[in-house]
Amino acid sequence: MSAGLVVRAIALAILLAFLVAPEAFTPVFAPLTERGAPAIYTQADMLALAMNHLGLVAAAVVAATIVSVGLAIVVTRPFGAEFLPLSRSIANIGQTFPPIAVLALAVPALGFGAAPTFVALFLYGLLPIFENALTGLTNVQPAVREAATGMGMTQRQRLVQVELPLALPVILAGIRLSTVIALATATIGSTVAASTLGEVIIAGLLTNNVAYILQGGLVVGALAVLIYDAFLWLERALARRMGRTA
Amino acid sequence: MIEIDAVTKVYGTQTVVDAVSMTVPSGTIAVIVGTSGSGKTTLMRTINRLVEPTSGAVRIDGEDNRALPAYELRRRIGYAIQGHGLFPHRTVAQNIATVPGLLGWDQKRIANRVDELLDLFQLDPAAFRERMPHELSGGQQQRIGVARALAAEPNILLMDEPYGALDPIIRAKAQEDLLAIQARFGTTIVLVTHDMEEAIRLGHRIAVMDAGKLLQYSKPADIIAKPATPFVKELIGAPERPFRLLSLVRVADLAEPGEAAGAPLDAGLSARDAYAELLWSGREAAPVARDGAIVGRVRLQGLAKQAARPS
Ligand SMILES: Nc1ncnc2c1ncn2[C@@H]1O[C@H](COP(=O)(O)OP(=O)(O)O)[C@@H](O)[C@H]1O
Ligand SMILES: [Mg+2]
Repeated sequence: MSAGLVVRAIALAILLAFLVAPEAFTPVFAPLTERGAPAIYTQADMLALAMNHLGLVAAAVVAATIVSVGLAIVVTRPFGAEFLPLSRSIANIGQTFPPIAVLALAVPALGFGAAPTFVALFLYGLLPIFENALTGLTNVQPAVREAATGMGMTQRQRLVQVELPLALPVILAGIRLSTVIALATATIGSTVAASTLGEVIIAGLLTNNVAYILQGGLVVGALAVLIYDAFLWLERALARRMGRTA
Repeated sequence: MIEIDAVTKVYGTQTVVDAVSMTVPSGTIAVIVGTSGSGKTTLMRTINRLVEPTSGAVRIDGEDNRALPAYELRRRIGYAIQGHGLFPHRTVAQNIATVPGLLGWDQKRIANRVDELLDLFQLDPAAFRERMPHELSGGQQQRIGVARALAAEPNILLMDEPYGALDPIIRAKAQEDLLAIQARFGTTIVLVTHDMEEAIRLGHRIAVMDAGKLLQYSKPADIIAKPATPFVKELIGAPERPFRLLSLVRVADLAEPGEAAGAPLDAGLSARDAYAELLWSGREAAPVARDGAIVGRVRLQGLAKQAARPS
């Protein structure tokens, strides 16, 4: 087992321990509080907040993946090529729109809670996945594509059996970026009453409690790093299998 | 039998294949040879409809190749290309199993066929089945490419510069293997190359192309002896002609009764190699051996006569 793996395993163990029994960490955070303020956020169950946070991110990223990869498939087929510039613009607009503005616009339409946050995360997730799926699908070697057709694969068989598997490591890299962005962005969902780990940070800001801010930040940060690494490991394993270095 | 009937392919204003007609009899090898950009690949691709002709038709065993959906046609025609085009994400066994899989063969039959082909190409199934393409040498990748093309036992095999990336020794071995496989299964083969040496070595018939036109389509001996145009003559290389003629016959064909001194030559050796050997060893004649037994001799004089322009 490599040193990196040991560090990650320890980080994961600490994270899980904190989520299950945050009170046990009181001695760690107590020095950060003033005037006897509580050291650990207890208004909501920490584990439940983390699960909601992850659930919201997962739902948004899955939706963004389906739409982005679907779009990338369409615009890389002969019949869809003319939509390539349009789809690029749409994905770019999704990216340039500030998440807070998306929330502000979505709340009147969708009300408070998880829905407007989901919309913001979804829009934010589109571009990295779309760009990567496009790169992955267009970078399939012409000889491989031609062999697939020459063997008698239909368009659909070629896509499913050859092009998508070959593009998968690159698509995963896009999903990894979107996931990490979404993990961070989901915290601001708490401003519109979505139940996420942002709640802990915002409570800390409102009550001037550094311990809360740090807890929320560390949990989100640890989740992001661990998930990022897991994706990277998977991408590399897949790429290595194909004889590529990624 | 493959009949290419007045096939023309136009891209924009460029006529890439210009009214080409040729027939490849069943169980023979036709080699399409020509300089780069002469339209060889395009012509060959009209057979499995990777290219649809602008006009003209291709018939296979008398049937228009547009009678079937293109993908079904292609599953019946083996296809091997330069740079092999192996699927990098699939194991050797999965690569070979591509067309049988598309045809819905059962797993057992596919597994048997994969092992049979690996054996045929002298690759130990146990060692190679689960390898990834990037774990193979260039020569091995090329063999897997051909094994994949042959997997569903096609009657026709199309090969586009299959040996272009191989070094001379591996290439010669691969050519021998192809001739052996062709003789064993009677596959009809259309092979594209820019190498006249390879064309003469492999082809029962040679089609010479230039700028989209078929200049000559004949047996190798005729191409060498009676080139139809100065271009064909140049492609053969005038100074090479006698040696190319020699390379078409085997020592066994020229053996005569009699004795000779020195190390014997194998009956399967090409007359060209025998000629070189006699010159090199400074002999007038050499014994010919088949399976270790002396069956006669060849003489320098006899070989020289074979190398002269046929009358
Ligand atoms: N899809 C295509 N579109 C336009 N031009 C093409 C296409 N395919 C081939 N060509 C042109 O046709 C000519 C012959 O190509 P090709 O058949 O590949 O030649 P060869 O195999 O003899 O080298 C070349 O000039 C090439 O640029
Ligand atoms: Mg070519």
